[in-house]
Amino acid sequence: MRGRALFWLFITPVLLWLLLLILLPHLDLLLLSFRNREGWTLDNYRTFFYEPVYWLTFVRTALYSIITTFLTLCLALPVAFYITKLARPGMRGLLVVLLLLPFWVSELVRVYGWMILLRESGGLNYLLLKLGILHQPVEMLYRDATMIMGLVYTSMLFMVVPLVSTMEGLDDSLIEAACDLGAGRLTIWWTIIIPHCKPGITSGSIVVFMLVLGNYLTPNLMGGKNSLWFTEQIYNQFIASFNWNQGAAFGFLLLALSSAIIWLGLKITGQRLGEVAR
Amino acid sequence: MSADLVVTGLVKNFAGFRAVDVSFSVEKGSFFSILGPSGCGKTTLLRMIAGFEEPSSGQIIISGRDMAGVPPNHRPANLVFQHLALFPMMNVADNIAFGLKRRRVAAAEIRRRTGEILERVELPGYGDKAIHQLSGGQKQRVAIARCLILDPKVLLLDEPLGALDLKLREQMKVELKKLQAKIGTTFIYITHDQSEALVMSDTVAVMHRGRFEQLGSPQELYHDPHTPFVAGFVGESNKWPGELITCTADEAEFRTEEGYLFRARPNIPAVPGARASLFLRPEAIFLEPEATPALNSFAATVRAILFDGANSRLLTTVVSGRELLVALPQNRAFDHIRVGDTVNLGWHPGSGVVFADGEDQG
Amino acid sequence: MIRSLPRSPSYNRAFTLFITLYFLFLFAPLLVTCVLAFNNSDFPALPWYGFTLDWFLSAGPERVGIFQDADNLRAIRISFQTALWVSLLSVTVGVCAAFLFEQENFIGKELLYYLMLAPLVIPGVILGISILLGANTVGSYFDEVWGWDFDLFRPSFWLVVFGQFSFITTFVTLVVSARLRTFDRSLEEAALNLGATRLEVIRLITLPFLRSAVIGAGAVAFLMSFENFNTTLFLVGSQPTLPINLYLQVRDGSTPVINAVSLLLILGSAVLAVINLYFDRRREEKG
Repeated sequence: MRGRALFWLFITPVLLWLLLLILLPHLDLLLLSFRNREGWTLDNYRTFFYEPVYWLTFVRTALYSIITTFLTLCLALPVAFYITKLARPGMRGLLVVLLLLPFWVSELVRVYGWMILLRESGGLNYLLLKLGILHQPVEMLYRDATMIMGLVYTSMLFMVVPLVSTMEGLDDSLIEAACDLGAGRLTIWWTIIIPHCKPGITSGSIVVFMLVLGNYLTPNLMGGKNSLWFTEQIYNQFIASFNWNQGAAFGFLLLALSSAIIWLGLKITGQRLGEVAR
Repeated sequence: MSADLVVTGLVKNFAGFRAVDVSFSVEKGSFFSILGPSGCGKTTLLRMIAGFEEPSSGQIIISGRDMAGVPPNHRPANLVFQHLALFPMMNVADNIAFGLKRRRVAAAEIRRRTGEILERVELPGYGDKAIHQLSGGQKQRVAIARCLILDPKVLLLDEPLGALDLKLREQMKVELKKLQAKIGTTFIYITHDQSEALVMSDTVAVMHRGRFEQLGSPQELYHDPHTPFVAGFVGESNKWPGELITCTADEAEFRTEEGYLFRARPNIPAVPGARASLFLRPEAIFLEPEATPALNSFAATVRAILFDGANSRLLTTVVSGRELLVALPQNRAFDHIRVGDTVNLGWHPGSGVVFADGEDQG
Repeated sequence: MIRSLPRSPSYNRAFTLFITLYFLFLFAPLLVTCVLAFNNSDFPALPWYGFTLDWFLSAGPERVGIFQDADNLRAIRISFQTALWVSLLSVTVGVCAAFLFEQENFIGKELLYYLMLAPLVIPGVILGISILLGANTVGSYFDEVWGWDFDLFRPSFWLVVFGQFSFITTFVTLVVSARLRTFDRSLEEAALNLGATRLEVIRLITLPFLRSAVIGAGAVAFLMSFENFNTTLFLVGSQPTLPINLYLQVRDGSTPVINAVSLLLILGSAVLAVINLYFDRRREEKG
């Protein structure tokens, strides 16, 4: 169209946003990670590889993030299936609302809820003692398993929503046809439902993975001292040690890891980020 | 009579292919249709007239003014969109008043003229209704009223009946024709439906591959097609290949592939012996005619009776298995015909047209 | 297997049990949090000592209820201000971006689009430190070269606003773009054809069409900002937002006043969720 003035009206704030707040800060992050007080150096990265505590935490964080993403997917698939294909149509709207409601609440509140449920003096211990299942209160918090459960809980929404919306697009008659042609339950899941939901699975997994990898709150509050998360290392460098260059290097490594795994995920499923975002 | 729209040498090229290449003029107050299959370039042509596409070359003149460089919001031509494009966020009155408000017409004047135009399209008192409360035909009329209130020199209509169901479409054809006669605005109507074009128009242009194949009254197009494409596209035709035996300006002897020898009207004189095709309309063929030497006659076997009220036809085959459609008048004279019967058929030499086969086959 | 196909009773029962447990899993922590806000105890734990409103109303000195708790009230106010600014800015820029990517064509559009999507794959913590570093670099440049000292470039209220804005705008852009994509461009052409200017088309046709999406996106932006933790953590100065403030309290030992704040947050979110849902429904009805 002829409205060139309009074009500049649109593009100016967008350029300011993307250049000043996205592109330049991340370039700065990259540059600073190659510097220390004396000048240009690779020391910040060397430290990462020579100190086992750093790269072990890094690998641990990556592995746990993948496990968490997979568990979230396994839990979300049947939930989405129930809501779209099994629940009575009248119930469906209500279920979706109930499903979304907890995620409107701050992550901090949700984690806090788990803390007062699971800790030694918490609600679950109280209940189990009363029922006589336990005789001694058990500290359920600050364990890896608890932390993973917390992470699954926190990121559930971002898996369920894309799954529900792709599964809604799956024509019931396809399942009926498969059944009519003699397919069993497993075959239907494997050959009809999962392939159809691939876009939803991809976008859900990417978002969940990214959120888990970059999460600070849940590992920090539920994981305890001995289950370090890589974001905590970054935080320590910035806030405790005040070594910003080292922190920048860690930050860049985390960014590289998350980009690499997301890229790999997109490659494997043959999708593009632009499509996934839709 | 003066022309409201003059288009000269208008060309639109898309990435190496020529989508539109036409010249024509439309008389003031006439109903002009552009008829063509989808992809023939008619929508592009219309959008160039409305100003949404830039022509590659050529000139568009609307009531004496050259439209080059005039943006769509300043052209004296309004467009009724294919899916009407009524603004869902406004009620009927606001939709109709939209253009006048843009011209900064006083509110009282707008109200008066909106009421007037609603009367004219037979929707009095509908101003407060929301768009989604209207029926298909009512929406149609609002879309037209919204344009007519601006007194355009030319009203462009982009297949506005396409979305309606069959019954309503038939009804709207008549209504549109009446409305146009009443208000006298020049209508330019594009469609792929030959019946819409034939019923409503004063002049029809048949468009094919970006060009006008023929321009004329509906009767001329129907009875005297100039190209095989027009013969095949306007109305129904049986196409029968064969060769020319002799050919003069007004009569040709034609032998079909099966060996029938017919007399017919040649479109243009062609060399005897040339490959040619005969176009014969189903209603031009008489069932069980009285044998006179003036008629071409032959026999065929009935394969199916396609009953469709006034439009009923017989599907017949001649010896080679070639299929021919024959009109079946519903005057009870032919109720005895059954599938498998052999019937005698005949037709006037003047009602079948022979075209020499060129490369340009529809 | 699905509604229309025959299923065995055990299959049905197993699935219903699974879903019930799942919803229990979803709501248990929230319910416990809410209930314990009313427990007449000094710790957010069972057993139940009776009902009290102390954690909301009490003025101290032993128990300070949330409505008397200056520190937390201030954090709530700061979070409100932050969220207001963030939603305002991100909606403005997000609408511009949606128009830009859906309706304009220019060189480098693809590249810019991917840059716009980048905040989706950048962990919030990284975004936080990048903006902290970037602001610090610019700030010390101004300081060294011209001797100017801006608060803006140090951890502060505005740095938090810009940090949250930087990724929330992406969400707003995606929501508004999705809506804009369903927009029938012939409506714009019709308006142009009837004599409207480009600006009038946007004001009278396109923006009203986008209204519910913009309001919805604004509500989500508000909430995302109000609750953001990861990015804010690195940018917060002397004015902590509510999540940061709560985090510090939870980390250092908790009292049921946190339950009371949480209850208020849950109620607030629920109200916002319902509003958003209402607009979603209306949008669907209008088609």
